[in-house]
This record gives sequence, structure tokens and C-alpha cells, in this order.
Amino acid sequence: MNEMVKNTGLFALVAVLIVITGISQSWNTALLILNMGLISAIMALGVNLQWGFAGLFNVGVMGFVALGGLATVLIATPPTQGAWGAGGYAIVLGLIMGAATITAAVLVYQRMAKGRLRVFTMLAILIVGFYLFRAVFDSGVSTVEAINPASAGNIGGLGLPILLAWPVGGLLAAGVAWIIGKVALGLRSDYLAIATLGIAEIIIAVLKNEDWLARGVKNVIGLPRPVPFEVDLQRDPQFVERAAGFGMDPVTASTIYVKLEYAALFAVVLIILLWLAQKALNSPWGRMMRAIRDNEVAAEAMGKDVTRRHLQIFILGSAICGVAGAMMTTLDGQLTPGTYQPLRFTFLVWVMVIVGGSGNNFGAVLGGFLIWFLWVQVEPMGLWLMSTITSGMGDGALRSHLMDSAAHMRLFTMGLILLLVLRFSPRGLIPEK
Amino acid sequence: MSSSNPYQDDRGNKDRSIANPAGQGSPMPRSKSGKVSSAPGGPFLIGENMTGGYGKGPDILHDCTISVERGEIAVIVGPNGAGKSTAMKAVFGMLEVRSGRVLLDGEDITQLTPQDRVVKGMGFVPQTSNIFTSLTVEENLEMGAFIRTDDFRDTMAQVYDLFPILKEKRRQPAGELSGGQRQQVAVGRALMTKPKVLMLDEPTAGVSPIVMDELFDRIIEVARTGIPILMVEQNARQALEIADKGFVLVQGRNAFTDTGKALMADPEVRRSFLGG
Amino acid sequence: MDLLNAFITLANFVIVPAIAYGSQLALGALGVTLIYGILRFSNFAHGDTMAFGTMITILITWLFQSWGLSLGVFPTALLALPFGIAGCALFVLMTDRAVYRFYRVQKAKPVILVIVSMGVMFIMNGVVRFIIGPDDHAFGDGERFIISARTFREMTGLQEGLAIRTSTGITVITAIIVVAILFWFLNKTRTGKSMRAYSDNEDLALLSGINPERVVMVTWIIVAALATVAGTLYGLDKSFKAFTYFQLLLPIFASAIVGGLGSPVGAIAGGFIIAFSEVLVTYAWKKVLVYALPDGIGPDGLAQLLSTDYKFAVSFLILLIVLLFRPTGLFKGKSV
Repeated sequence: MNEMVKNTGLFALVAVLIVITGISQSWNTALLILNMGLISAIMALGVNLQWGFAGLFNVGVMGFVALGGLATVLIATPPTQGAWGAGGYAIVLGLIMGAATITAAVLVYQRMAKGRLRVFTMLAILIVGFYLFRAVFDSGVSTVEAINPASAGNIGGLGLPILLAWPVGGLLAAGVAWIIGKVALGLRSDYLAIATLGIAEIIIAVLKNEDWLARGVKNVIGLPRPVPFEVDLQRDPQFVERAAGFGMDPVTASTIYVKLEYAALFAVVLIILLWLAQKALNSPWGRMMRAIRDNEVAAEAMGKDVTRRHLQIFILGSAICGVAGAMMTTLDGQLTPGTYQPLRFTFLVWVMVIVGGSGNNFGAVLGGFLIWFLWVQVEPMGLWLMSTITSGMGDGALRSHLMDSAAHMRLFTMGLILLLVLRFSPRGLIPEK
Repeated sequence: MSSSNPYQDDRGNKDRSIANPAGQGSPMPRSKSGKVSSAPGGPFLIGENMTGGYGKGPDILHDCTISVERGEIAVIVGPNGAGKSTAMKAVFGMLEVRSGRVLLDGEDITQLTPQDRVVKGMGFVPQTSNIFTSLTVEENLEMGAFIRTDDFRDTMAQVYDLFPILKEKRRQPAGELSGGQRQQVAVGRALMTKPKVLMLDEPTAGVSPIVMDELFDRIIEVARTGIPILMVEQNARQALEIADKGFVLVQGRNAFTDTGKALMADPEVRRSFLGG
Repeated sequence: MDLLNAFITLANFVIVPAIAYGSQLALGALGVTLIYGILRFSNFAHGDTMAFGTMITILITWLFQSWGLSLGVFPTALLALPFGIAGCALFVLMTDRAVYRFYRVQKAKPVILVIVSMGVMFIMNGVVRFIIGPDDHAFGDGERFIISARTFREMTGLQEGLAIRTSTGITVITAIIVVAILFWFLNKTRTGKSMRAYSDNEDLALLSGINPERVVMVTWIIVAALATVAGTLYGLDKSFKAFTYFQLLLPIFASAIVGGLGSPVGAIAGGFIIAFSEVLVTYAWKKVLVYALPDGIGPDGLAQLLSTDYKFAVSFLILLIVLLFRPTGLFKGKSV
């Protein structure tokens, strides 16, 4: 019971921190932290599934999160007029041809006898395939990108409800995870870390450069929302009246209302996923997962297909990151490929998992909230600290440099927290049972 | 493998792109040496009434005594899992000795780390991973002499005299050598410190009978140069034949202790351990 | 058809830049591979170690420049480099003492050290941004050339120019010197041999009286030197930006793994393989092809296989291909 009290206390502490933010700064800030905290918790849940339950080292979280973001664009934005007719099908055909080329090359490698002939056949298929792919694909791309480049220039989405993008984001991430897992986990000794690190960069590069897909660095803004717009609420007399009943002006009330709705949506997803993760952990499947983790040799001797299990859990964890990525882009209302950075989207999630407690779902969730809170709040704290320290200095160049630099305190702090936890509480705040 | 130490828990991760499993060291009972006290008299090297085990694990040795005198060959034999290697590692300080003591040349060295025991004059050849596979034969010998600050060319020449094949292959990476040659490198490496006593942990494990005979011959030659040898052996019969003294261990305890000849003659020892 | 001009164009836009970039990657990968061989983990903080060392070098360079100190035709940064190395070495040794050593004593599993290095990465990243800021900094003394494109054209009378910048020349020469010293050290000196022995078999090294703490200390100093040199050369060749250095981690890891983690020769080979593939695949071949092919059948487009933004994809693809066919990299077994 003692442990229960401690864990509840830790969650309560985070809640108190957020409430304090609400009182001392603004409720909008507090709710924003809460919302991103919910999303972070989901990401941490995904990484914890991989690292905590299976010891898989995924350093490509950013890629899966970005794929979730891509899903929102592909699902929820309205279709671009004429894009499909002009070049959309050519692009799809090109991609299919590209995939077919690789499949053919792989088949040749598997079926043909070893020797020079095989190498030449493979090279021929790859080279011819590449040029055919480029010919078909490039023509499609250039026509699509020519359509109204200032506001579109991409194939657009399906115009479906954005909530649908969340599971689709998960599926997209799962698909890519399947490919990575097939290759990296299938090698004689696994190379998952470097594979995920590389794929994440490639996914971001694709998002930045393939303008036909999601406008690249031109960004997609004004994504549809699952919640009402603030301006609409402010125009709604009923809402204004109710806001007045709480003693709030309509603008503040509407922003808070919208954020609360988001929070409710996110909380539902988090609770479902947490429940599922707990179920999985305590199911025969979860027990087997941990058995493999703790003694792979014995598990293998018992006839368990370890690679297959690892692949399963890698796909599941990545899918969860994809869902979280879709949710995050939904909250932002825009997809900005330029903002995806590994420190923020991969390594910060790792800090959350390690600090929270790897192998414990509640730990990961706690880590998600706590680390996100600190990530946001360290900056103002650092600034305050700097201005206090330098207050006696007078306005010199050094002081302004120090004040500017305070913004970078957050990276330093995250590292420090990670190291302190690893040193003094290596199992995290809520350890695995 | 999960364990009580969170830093030892890698969650079964086998990712070669981030973690290098090769050559990692094993935990030793102590990282700093304690005091050495004088304890005159008694055998040249003795592990006396040793009780202990690995880390926080259960005791493997129970009141076990192993010793060797100057100019002698002593062998430790016994069935599988009897704690033969463990007893030798205990003498060398690679596991926690909870009671009992280790004396070398009139000094109590129980509190020393294995490295400091090497400095005191113990040469140890582990059973496995006993050479630097990526270093050449000559570099292996040089590393054996790492603690020496004097000129060790003489010693190296002596080792080459003892193991002529090593001189021939001195520029080759030791990992490319055959099993028997690797064992010669391992013994040669240990001899480079000019040890006062040489301890061999199953030097003939995994080599063919012919190579085994040759290795035994070499070991006798080393003993003739005046270095006492303490040796763990699986091949009890051959070992006892060349031994001045034999220790038969069973389940971490001394079962029989006598001269090699006497043990060979003892009907009970013959029946239980030497196959009649 | 004009093969000479085609070759000069190729040299100017592909060979020379790729050699320079390859040298920088090779030096970076050597650092990663040494840590992997001796401390047995992949150091995620390596990019930031490079950034830190370079930052110190830059600060000293600025100081020297403000004093009017210079090395003539050579960049002032070379004069500041020893200070950068010293500063970086001091910093990583402090990090080792405060952070890594604890885990070493605990005999922590390498993967735990990888996570620890993530923490160090955050801290170093923060420190660098704190001190010098996240912006771009140039610290060369302006563009200087060994041969400028125009001089080359005037000298040879060819249509195409071959420009070799001083920074490129210095990169290659410095890299050769550094690698030569490193290999001499590892193969010929007592300390170097003891490092290889420790990497090969830690327990046996211990029993041979090799002091692990000393091996680790020397390793960190060498790594700091390699990282600082690599970072400074990269910065002179391009420019310094903290984030770019962090991003170099991927091609550096790729180089080290392609070559075979733990193998210094492999790290160098890997660095050049990755650099050449990146440049070759992302180079627009039009000009070369127009010169090389008979008149009239030159390409219409840029003849670029992939856009330059996909250079990471190229490093990664090479990595994947090598791992599929040789899971331990090109130079396996030959450890540090």
C-alpha cells in the first residue's frame, strides 16, 4: 500500500504543478501543458512498450510521430482540385513501380544461384527500375506541384474527419515499423538503434522535400479540428452567457473551453491505451514478452520465435507513437516538417521513459507529464534565475548574452535530470514490479 | 538477463550498433586492495579454509584448503561442478572469500585484488579468454610483462625457448593460432611476469590428446625451472601422474588430499574419480 | 566529347569535396569507434563533443584574431586548435569522472551507458548553445584558395576550373597526420598496445596489470582530440552550427558501422565510403555528362539521382546494404 501512496503522490505532485501554473501564470498555459503532457504520456507509453517490455532500443520516435502528423494531412485536409487527375495516379503508379523494383531485386537475390549473373541481373533490375520509377514519378510530381503552388501544390487529403487520422497515423507508423523491423531485427545481430535513427531522419527529409505529399517546408496550415473554433464560440450568445456566468470574458472562456475539449479527447485515448497496455502486460503475451527479455536463450529453447515477438512489440510501440503524433498535429492545427528535431521528439521521450520508470506503464505516463512540464517551465524559470543573478550587473553585453542563453537551460536541465535519476534511482520514479 | 542490480539489466538488448558485448570485464570482489600482513611459516602458497562464492550468491566453497610448496606441482581434481576452478579463483582473489585466508610466501594476501596478487608474484592462466586474440603473439607476451619496468627481453627469449612455435608465429594475431598454440601463448603470457607461482585453470581443456600430452610435458618443463605450479585438471589420471600433490574436491569441500601417487593408488579415489 | 573538362568538373564538384568530407567523417568515426571498442558503448554525445571542442577553438580563434595573431596563409583556427583540444579533453575527463566512472565501477551493461550518454548529450548540447548560441558562426579568415578556379583556368587554358580551398587542403593533410599518429600510437607504444589489449579482453588486461582507469583516461583524451580536430575542420570547411554537429551523428555512426564498429581502419574506410556515396548520389551530373558524352546525347534534366536533402538517406542506404551482406561491417575482428 505504501507504494500505492507514493505513486499517487507523484501523480498528485504533477497535478499540483500544473494547477500552480494555472494560478500563477494562466490557465491557458496550464491547459496547454496538460494537453501536450497527455500526448507526451502516450509517446512515452509507446517507447516504454518497446524498451521496457522488450529491450528494443528505438531512437527514431521522431519519425513515427511525424508519420502520424502526415496522416492528419492525408486524411483530413480537403482534396486538391484536379490533383489526382493531373498526376496523382502517376505518383502512385511510380511508387508501386519503385516497390516492385525492390521486390523483384530481392526475389532475384533469393531465388537465383549465387554468382556474377545474379549480381548483374539485380543491378539491371535496380537501374532500369529506378529510371522507370523516376520517369513516371517525376512527371506526376511536377504536374501535381504545379497546381496552385501558393496554397496547395500537393495531392491533398480525403476530407474525412480528423479524428479518423489518429488511428490512421498509427497504421502508417505501424507499416513503416514493419519494414524497419523486418530488416533490422532480421539481421543476425540486431541493428535497430541505427536503423531507427536513420529512418527517422529519412522520414523527415521526405516530409520536407516531397511537396506533392504535404507541401514540404511550405507547411500545411489550418487543419480541420475535432473541436469548435474559438471565434465561433465567441459569436455564440449561449456560450457568452454561460462564460459570463463563470465570471469570464468570452475570449478567455473560449480558449479554455477548446483546450478542455482537447484534453478530454486526449485523456480518453490515453486511458484506453494505458488500459490496453496494462492488460497486455499482465496477459500471457506480456508475460512471455518479459520472459524473452529476461532470458532470451531459455525462451528460444522453449520454442518461442523471439524475432517475431520483437517485431510485434516494435510495431505496436511505433503505432502508439504514430497515434500520438497525429494527435499532436491535430492540436497544433498545422504540419510543419521543419520543427521535427530528434532532441525534442526522440530523446526527450526517452528521458520521460527512463525518469518515469522503464517497464512500468504508469511510470512512463508520469514521466511524460513531469518531463513535459519541466521542458516548458524550465525556460521561464531559467530566465527568472538569470535575471535575478544578473540583476546587479547593469545592462551590458554579457548580461544580454546570459539572458538570451537562458533559453537553452532546458536542454541542460533535461540532461541533468536524466543523469540524476539514472544515478540515484536507476529504475525510475515508479519502478517496474 | 535481469538481476538485482539495475545497472546490470540490459533488458535483453542485443543491439550491436550501440552496445559492444565483446571483451567486457566481469565484476571482481574488490576494486581496492586491503592490507598485507606477515604470516611466516606454512606452505609457499595456501588457500586456507576458504569459504565463499560469487558476488552476493550462495557459498560454493566450504572450508576448502589448497596449497602448493616450492618446486612442486599440485593439482586440483574432482567431478564436474565440484568447485575446482572456483577454488583456484578464490586463491587468486576473483571471488569473495568470506572466511579463511590466502597466504603467499609468508604473507597474508587475502585482502589484495587480483592485479596486486600478480604484482606479488602470482601468475594466472584462466580457462577461457586467456589470450588477447587481436594482438600478435609477441604483443601478448609484451602485455604479460606490462607490470615490469625492467628489460624483459631475456624472459621473452626464455618463453620462446620453451615454446619454439611461438617464436615462429610471433607476428601473427594470437586468435589465428590453433587451440594448443593458444594455450602456449596463454602460459607464456603468464610467465612474462617471472611469477613466483603459476596457476593454470584446465590448461588442456578442449585440446586433442596428443596436444594434451605435449602441454603436460611443457608444464613439467616449467616446473623444472623452479616455479611451483597449481593446476586444475579435468583429466584426473594424467594430472595426478605428474602431480606431487593432489586435492580431490567434491561439492566445494576437500574430499581427499595426498600425494599424486597415493591418490592414484587409493581404491576409493580410483573407483569414484578415475573410472576404476 | 571533352573528357578532360568532364574530369575537372568531376574533381571540382565531387572528388575534392568528398575527400574533405570523408576525412572529417573518418576522424569523427574514429572517435566513436574508439569509445565503442574501449568503453563498449556508442556515444550519442559524440556530435556534441565535436561541437564543444570546436566551440572552444572558435572562441580562442576570435581572441587571437582580435589580437591580430595569425598564421599567414593558414587559418588562425589551427593556432587555436591545441587549446580547443585541451579544453575539450578537460571537459570530457570531467564528464568521465562525474558521470561515466560510476557506471564503469558498477560494471554496468553497455546499453545503460548509451542512455547515460544521451544525458551527457543533452547537457553538452545545452552548454554549447548556452555559451556560443544556436546560430551559424564562420571562423575562417575569409575564403582562401590553394588554387582558385580562375587561376586554374588561366594556368591550363581549360574551360572548367578546379578550385581547391585552403581549408580543404588543410583538412586532408591534418587528417592524414592525425591518423598516422593515432595508428603509430595504437600499434607501437606501450600505452597504445595496452588500450588494444583492454579492448580485446578486459579481464585479462586487468590480470596483466593494465590499469583500466588509465586506459580510459587516455582514450577520452584521444577521443576529445579527434572530435575537436574533426569538428574544427568541418567548421572551417563549412561553418559552425551546434545543431549541424548534432546531426553529423548519423553519418558518423554510419561510417563507423559500415567499417565495422571497433575497427579504426574500418572507421576511415567507412568515412570515405559514406562521403563519396553521399556526394555522388546527390550531385547533379548534367555538366559532367554533357562534357563526357558525344554531342547531342547529353541529358536534358539535371541528371541528379536524389535531391541533396536526401544525403542522410544515402548514408543510411549504404549502411543497410553493408549490414545485409556483412553484418559485422567491412573490417570485422580487427578491433582497437
